[in-house]
Order: sequence, then C-alpha cells, then structure tokens
Amino acid sequence: MSVIKVEHISKHFGNLKAVDDLSFEVQAGQVFGFLGQNGSGKSTTIRMLLSLIHPSSGRIEIFGQSIEKNREAILEQVGAIIERPDLYPYLSAKEHLQLFAKVRKQQISTNAIDETLVKVGLAHRSKDKVQTFSLGMKQRLGIAIALVHNPSLIILDEPTNGLDPQGIADIRQLIKQLAQEEGKTVFVSSHLLSEIEQVAHQILIIHQGKKMVEGVTRELLDPEKRIVQIKTMDDAGALQVIVAGSFSNYLLPRKEGIFLKIPTYEIPLLTESLIKAEVSLLGIETKNSLEDYFLQITSNA
Amino acid sequence: MKNYKIILLVGILFCTSFFMSSNAFSQNDPLIEKVAQKLALVNDYVAEGVMKTDVSFIKASLGKVKVYFKKPNLLKVKKEGGISLLPRGGVSLTINTLLNTKQYTTIAAGTQLLNGKNLNVIKLIPTDDNLDWVISTLWIDPIDALVYKTATTTKENGSYEITMQYGDYAKYGLASKIIFSFNTKDYKLPNGITLEFGDDDPTAKQKALKNKKGTIEITYKNYTINKGVPNSIF
Amino acid sequence: MWSLINVELYKIFRRPRTYIAFGAVAALIVVIQLGLKIDGNSYAAFLMKDINDTLTVDGKVLNGYLICYILLQLLLVHVPLLVALIAADMISGEANLGTLRLLFSTPYSRTSWMMAKFIAASVYTILLLIWLAFLALFVSMWVFGTDDLFLMKSNYVVLIQQQDVLWRYVGAFVFASFSLLTVTSLGFLMSSMAGNSIGPIVGTMSAIVFFTILSTLNIPLFTIIKPYLFTTHMNNWKEFFDIQVNANNEAIKGSILNIPKIKTSLSVLTLHIVLFVSASIMIIKKKDILS
Repeated sequence: MSVIKVEHISKHFGNLKAVDDLSFEVQAGQVFGFLGQNGSGKSTTIRMLLSLIHPSSGRIEIFGQSIEKNREAILEQVGAIIERPDLYPYLSAKEHLQLFAKVRKQQISTNAIDETLVKVGLAHRSKDKVQTFSLGMKQRLGIAIALVHNPSLIILDEPTNGLDPQGIADIRQLIKQLAQEEGKTVFVSSHLLSEIEQVAHQILIIHQGKKMVEGVTRELLDPEKRIVQIKTMDDAGALQVIVAGSFSNYLLPRKEGIFLKIPTYEIPLLTESLIKAEVSLLGIETKNSLEDYFLQITSNA
Repeated sequence: MKNYKIILLVGILFCTSFFMSSNAFSQNDPLIEKVAQKLALVNDYVAEGVMKTDVSFIKASLGKVKVYFKKPNLLKVKKEGGISLLPRGGVSLTINTLLNTKQYTTIAAGTQLLNGKNLNVIKLIPTDDNLDWVISTLWIDPIDALVYKTATTTKENGSYEITMQYGDYAKYGLASKIIFSFNTKDYKLPNGITLEFGDDDPTAKQKALKNKKGTIEITYKNYTINKGVPNSIF
Repeated sequence: MWSLINVELYKIFRRPRTYIAFGAVAALIVVIQLGLKIDGNSYAAFLMKDINDTLTVDGKVLNGYLICYILLQLLLVHVPLLVALIAADMISGEANLGTLRLLFSTPYSRTSWMMAKFIAASVYTILLLIWLAFLALFVSMWVFGTDDLFLMKSNYVVLIQQQDVLWRYVGAFVFASFSLLTVTSLGFLMSSMAGNSIGPIVGTMSAIVFFTILSTLNIPLFTIIKPYLFTTHMNNWKEFFDIQVNANNEAIKGSILNIPKIKTSLSVLTLHIVLFVSASIMIIKKKDILS
C-alpha cells in the first residue's frame, strides 16, 4: 500500500520552476530517501506534502486521501521537521513538546512526552530553554516534536543537519528503529547520499526540480552495475545506437551528456556498437557508484 | 496763591469726607434701616437648598447645597460632596452681607413696578473703600420691608443681579429662592489642550451665541437660624 | 480551537516582549499621576483660566475621575502603538522565527490558527486595557479621591455628578476595547503580509499615526474623508462623558448626549475589525509558507 502518492506535481514561483512534473510513491513501512542538492526542490516538495505550499499542478495523496481535501485527517497521522529546526527560544524542550502535544486531537500523556525526549537523547536538557541549545540539539528537539504524537508517517527534511558524527549515527539508528520496530513510514531528505544509502529502502534523486533517478537502494548501489558516461561529438547519433542496441533501459535522465547504469559485462558490447555505428567517440568514462553519479549531476548542472 | 489752592483743596476733601461719613450714620433711608433691623435678627444660619446652574457653556445638573452665613458678612455655599460653580465673588453679596457692614450711604431713586409689586428703589454707595462693590441698587417692598431684587456692580467681578422670592422665613428677611444673574465671558479651550478633535456639539455652540447671561438659582428648603456656625466653615 | 487559543496565549505570555507594554503603561501612568499630584493644581488652574473669569469653582476638581480622563486622553493615542508591538508580530514574528510552518503542519486549518491567534492577541489587548483601567481609574481614585467630574471641553464645560461617572467609564473602556481591537486587527492584517515583524509593527504604527493626524487636522479636504477613518472613531469614547440637558439647561443625570454617534463609531470599528481579520485569513489561506 502506498502511503504517499505524488502525481505530476509542479510548482512555479514566477518564472522559476522549483518542482517540475515530479511523480513518486512511497510504500508503507519504507524508509524513502529523497536526495538532492540544496535548492533542488526537496523542501518545496516536502512543503507540498504537508500542504504548506499549494502545487501549481498535480496531485498528492497521503494515506489514499487528497492532501488538499483531507488535510487535517492526514496531518493528524504525520510528523515532520522541515528544513532548519526553528523553535521558540524562550521555551524549554519539554515545553515545546507539551505545546505541540496540545495541538493534536488525540490525548498525549506526560509519559509519552518524556519517552520522546529520551528517544532523541534530550532527557537531560528537557528543562533548558532552547536559546541555550546547539544546532544539533535543536535538530533533536525538532525530531522529538515530529514524533511526540506517534504518527505513522514521519517526514524528516535534512534531519542530520548540524549534528556531529555521533548524532548522525544516532539519528540513522532512530530512523531504522522507527521503520523496522515500529513499522512507520519514514520520508527522509538529504543532500548527502552517504547518509541515506545506509537506511533508505528506496531512493529518489531530484535535481532542478526534476526526478533524475528513482529505485531500490540495493539495486541502485549494485556493484555489478556501473555508471558510464559516454562523451561524443554526436550525442544524437550515440542515442540512436543505444536505443537500437536495447541499452535504453540503462539510460539515466540527464540534461547534458549521456549516462547509463549498465551491468559491467555489457560495457564492451555498448562500446563495440558505438564504434561500429561510427559515432565519433571522445571517450567512455566509468563511474564507480551512485555517489559519483550524484556528485556528477549535482556539481556541474 | 499756590498754598491757598492747596489749602482749599484739602479743605474741600475734608469737608466732603466729613459730610459723607456723617451721612452714613445719620441720613440712611428709613426703609433700609427697617430692612437692616429685620436682618439683624439673624446672627447666623445654615440653609439647605438645591442649586441650579444655568450658564450657556456649562452642563450641570441640579445639586444639593448648604449655605452658611455668619454676621457680619461671612457666607459660604457648599455643594454636598461635589463641585460647585458659583458666580465669581457674587454670592457673598447678599442682602445680609451688603447691609450688615453698615458702611454705605443711601440715595432714594423713586419707585418701580416689579412683578406686580410697587417697590422702592434705593441705591447704596459704600463708604469704605475696602469693600469690593461700587454701587448696589435695591428694590424694596415698603410694606413688608423685603428686598426683592438687587443689582450690584463690583470692583473686580462685574455686575450681578440677584432676584429673591420669599416664603416661610420672610420674617427674618431670608429668601426661599435666590437667583443670581451675571454676565458670562467667552469660554474656549484650544483643541490641542482638550484633545478633542471630533465634531463639536452644535447645540452648545448655538446656545453660547444667543445667551451671554448666566444664572445660578438656589431654592432653599429650610433654614436653621441662630444655632451657631463655626468660623472654620468659611 | 480552545487548545489553539491556549497555545497562542501561552506563547504570548511566555515572551518577555509582552510585558514591555504592561511596564510602559504603568510607567506612563505613574509618571503622569506623580506630575499631577505635585503640580496638578496649576494645570487645573491653567485649564480653568476662562472659567475663573466668570465663576468660582469650588470642590476637588483634580480628583481621580478627572485624572483618569486626562490619562485616557493621553494614553489612548499611545496604547495602540503598544498593541501593535504584539499584534503585528503574531504571524510575521513566527514566519521570521520559522515556527509558522510547524503550526501550519498540525492537523488544524490555517483559519483555525488565524482565529486562535487573533483571539489571543485580542485577549492580550483587553488585558492591557484592563491593566490601564486599573491604574488610570482605580489607582487614581485611590490616590486622588473621587468627586464630581468637571470636564473642560473645547466649547463648554460638563459637570457630571460623582454617582453618574463610574458607569460612563465602564462604557468608555468597552468602547476603547473596540478601538484597540481595531488596531489589533490592523496589526494582524499587516502581520499576515510580511515575513518579519519589523515591517508590520512599523507599518501599523505609521498607519495609526498617519490616520490620527488626518483625523485631527481641520482641513476641508480631510474633513470629507474623516468619517471613513477608523482613527476618527477611535476617539469617540469621550462621548460617554457628554451629557444631555433639558429645556432649563439642567444636565440630565444618566444621559449621554449623542448615543447615535457612539453606535455609528462602534459599527465602523466592528466593520474594520471584521474586514481586517477576514482579509488576513484570506491572505494566509492562499499563501505558500516558505519561511
């Protein structure tokens, strides 16, 4: 069952296309990694999921219901942190949780609040005002706010921002625990593949508002498959060869240049076909992992 | 020659003052003396009354007052627990205070019909320069020796008219109702001080234009006469 | 809804800024009271210069009731600025802080949040007014005592009997609450349009100052627009202190000179409140929360 179903959503801010015809689905109990560099449209997408931003077009369903029509029923079951952990500096950690517990329609016990603070590792600072908190501690409190009402869908936007390595590991552990032990669906965004690849079942890479890659993490990171960039003087000709030689399944979407994710054994075959077709090749570069590909598309786009 | 003139002038002044002072003691109008005798019965009084202020630029409701008097010329109007507006210097110039000083000379000025009564008109001119009134005209009924109206010009506080009506205390020469009439000056405070920027009350403006005379009316309910009034009240 | 109002009130009264206004009102009132206690009689004498030409005013003119009136005259121009400090921060402040997105991703509609925020800001406004009433009226009554209220208006003087005063203050404070709520709603509207609090606060204050000046200038051009300015109506609490007179020019106890004027002003102010709040809700409903 898909918990989130996004169909062809776009969002324009004036001339800027922040999100461009994006579609994806997130299955129940999954950890879904939403990857993209800063400004790629991740936060805009997340804000649309939470109905903070109205999509210019397209449709979003959460728990099988339209977010526009059943916003309140949906959000009762959603916990989220969005971008920076912005909080009230004059309130303590516990007061934050008490405050956000009040705006849930269900009753949330003091126990639940204390347990959540323990879960995110803030129990010892629960009475301190947030203005004394480090960025990492605010991030933990932000996560606590997202979890305090025990939601079934958790949306975490860059949850490891500002955390030290131990903190990052803790959050990773927490995400795994939420999905595996508590059966929750976690939608987690990041600009670092390394953070997500260890926890996410599914990964979607977004760039300039468009979906670049989507797939099961295990498959995307499959060592048997390589990412290959074909550099030619004649991209159109090369693409014809790729399509004709049934390599089109391996093509990765890219505005410039040709990228394929292709089993290692098929690379010689592809090279041969291109040479035969007399495509003027400049070179074929082999990338080692998804990380390289991700860096490639995000560094010189 | 010069010395002669000075002597003559001093002589005239001396004669005049002698004539005037002797006049005060010997040649007063008998009707005034009659009135004064009646008033002399009252050493002091406390009267309760209702005061009504009718001045174009004042909106005030009826208020209970207490009027205290003590010989020769102490008078105080006190509003019960409130603020009272009284004609400046005017209230102290009642008949009692005018006549009790005995420092005046009188001039008979004929008779006049007032409210159906044929009244003698007598003018009073003070002989003491320290008194704050310049001239006072009294309208007196020769039959009951009651003063029905006075018109007094003061040194500093303009002119006042006092009209009186009598009732139960007429034998003491005490009025049951006194109406002070006086001229009012313009009243205006700049908006900047009152911080009033809305529309002014148009009716008040019209009234201010047509009526430049103010009256204060005291209707007495009862007098307590000669029971003693401490000086501290005045 | 109640829990949202609760949350908003909790936030308002946990913020140090909230108490600035209460402190400022207290300081202003105490300073004026002290000044009038020390030098009030010369102030009263100055006001009564014209009256004293004709009449002697006997009694405690400078009593608690008059002090309260003077305080209200002075303060009801400034308190709106203090109200703006909180009202104009209600939404933009949270947008700036980044917490607005947290609120708007809870299972309550934006309309509910906006209503809760407006009600909370209104509670703050009313509490500030009650605080003002307590200090200006009751403390003045205690310090200066009570007597008839002798009011010197621009063209005439009103003498209201002591027993006839207190209910007028109740009326005036109720009226003033409408005036201040209009300011609250204006600040609220400005707040819904901005991403930081400085703009709306300064904007609201400027609008009040600007319209107040228009309302007070007696220039024919402005006279035409005056009836449509909320600032013109905000001052009409004073109408509670003008009294009717009968044919004998006796003031009628318990009467108000111009009740229709009060009713009109209340309607105009209420209309402004409704318009401002509705507009702010519309704006926020359509707005993409980017902060």
